[in-house]
Amino acid sequence: MKKVIMGNHALSYGAMLSRAQVISAYPITPQTQVVELLSEMCADGTLNAQFIKVESEHSAMASCIGASAAGARAFTATSSQGLALMHEMLHWAGGGRHPIVMGEVNRSMAPGWSIWADQNDSLSQRDTGWMQFYCASNQEVLDTVIQAFKVAETLMLPAMVILDAFALSHTYEVVDVPDQALVDKFLPPFKPAIKLDPADPRAFGGLTGSEHYMELRYKLEKDMEKAPALIEETGREYEKLFGRRLGLIDPYRCEDADFVFVTSGTAGYTARVAVDELRASGVKAGNLRMKLFRPFPFQAVREVLAKVKKAAVVDRNCSYGAGGIFYQEVKSAVYGWPGMPPILGYVTGLGGRDITTDSFKEIAAHAAARDRADEEIVWIGVKK
Amino acid sequence: MRPKKAKKIVFNSAEDMPTMICSVGSQTHNLTGAWRNIRPEMDRTKCIKCGMCWKFCPEPAIEVVGEWPVVDYDYCKGCGICAEECPAKCIAMVEERR
Repeated sequence: MKKVIMGNHALSYGAMLSRAQVISAYPITPQTQVVELLSEMCADGTLNAQFIKVESEHSAMASCIGASAAGARAFTATSSQGLALMHEMLHWAGGGRHPIVMGEVNRSMAPGWSIWADQNDSLSQRDTGWMQFYCASNQEVLDTVIQAFKVAETLMLPAMVILDAFALSHTYEVVDVPDQALVDKFLPPFKPAIKLDPADPRAFGGLTGSEHYMELRYKLEKDMEKAPALIEETGREYEKLFGRRLGLIDPYRCEDADFVFVTSGTAGYTARVAVDELRASGVKAGNLRMKLFRPFPFQAVREVLAKVKKAAVVDRNCSYGAGGIFYQEVKSAVYGWPGMPPILGYVTGLGGRDITTDSFKEIAAHAAARDRADEEIVWIGVKK
Repeated sequence: MRPKKAKKIVFNSAEDMPTMICSVGSQTHNLTGAWRNIRPEMDRTKCIKCGMCWKFCPEPAIEVVGEWPVVDYDYCKGCGICAEECPAKCIAMVEERR
């Protein structure tokens, strides 16, 4: 059934259709409507789930971990400072192998106090053992939640489904809300091999000496490495049922491009318009939108970049002292591989500043005059 | 009551290990009482059997056996909270000699 819904409600419908059994969350702008709608669904019986009200995001994640350990499908959502407060528990979910799915609305970190979009909040959590999916449309948000549960529960790894504050979270779009029966066919109930059970008591996450810890981390890394192939496979399965392709990356007009933007989130769709306009003016441009960031889809990125002459990574984030985070990762993906193009980095759109087609044209013009990456971080749209 | 001492679990490869960290390094063989520098000693002539030491012990390494509180020295880390909280002041923290 087609509905006109906001990005936040696309997360709620995704969790509802996935038949989440425990939802624990603390409200924070711009995530609030995600859990507002879910709490209404729990209250009126639309969704048969336990809704846990907590005093902080740290507790929200802690109760999701407990629920997941007990064998329940758990969902939460947060943003920015709330995600930062969860940080310790994110390691517990990742390292403890609890396949929780979390909606994460990209909002810039304070100070200065800000509620608008940038990616420093989620990217600061890249090493916690969570998969990270970056979305560009409300449809993609809903579809990704359902897919994320399937991949997470197969690999026993948690996943974040990430969307830009306001540009997506509060923007209404037409979304095809799939039939529950079809979703049930795609996503079976969560049945972990090991769970908390009074009849078979176990301690979870206990003291682990140096003789075992490293092997547990090795297993986590190896399972993380299985994710790209599994996401492709579940994406094809999803396409058969729902007609929409889910994958690791979203290349646009890259096949014959000389110059491509590498983007993520909603900027990835603005980039498509810029690509069309640049093509009309004679520049053979393309856009590679990153959907998966953790694990990093090295091979998929290399396959696209090997065919182009130059790439500009557009980052709505900054690792202060080292530049754009996607930029660093894309560079490391091509490092040492022959025939790869120069990769240039641009930082723009922090704190919700608009990234427009003009921003992309400015980047294209700047990149045309550069033939190699240098260490200077290039800022686009800053009042210098 | 504490279960019998279990055999120490050792996994020889990552493949043998469970995905989730559960019951690895069981506390039944990891006797944290070895960390202790000072030990609580209870004077039953002064003890009023109020149970405050049992309630406050964070480990928890105090059990009430019959009517009396009994310290489990295999796990007591010697933090002294029981001595601090005891209203009858019947617990002395004594230097550990090994």
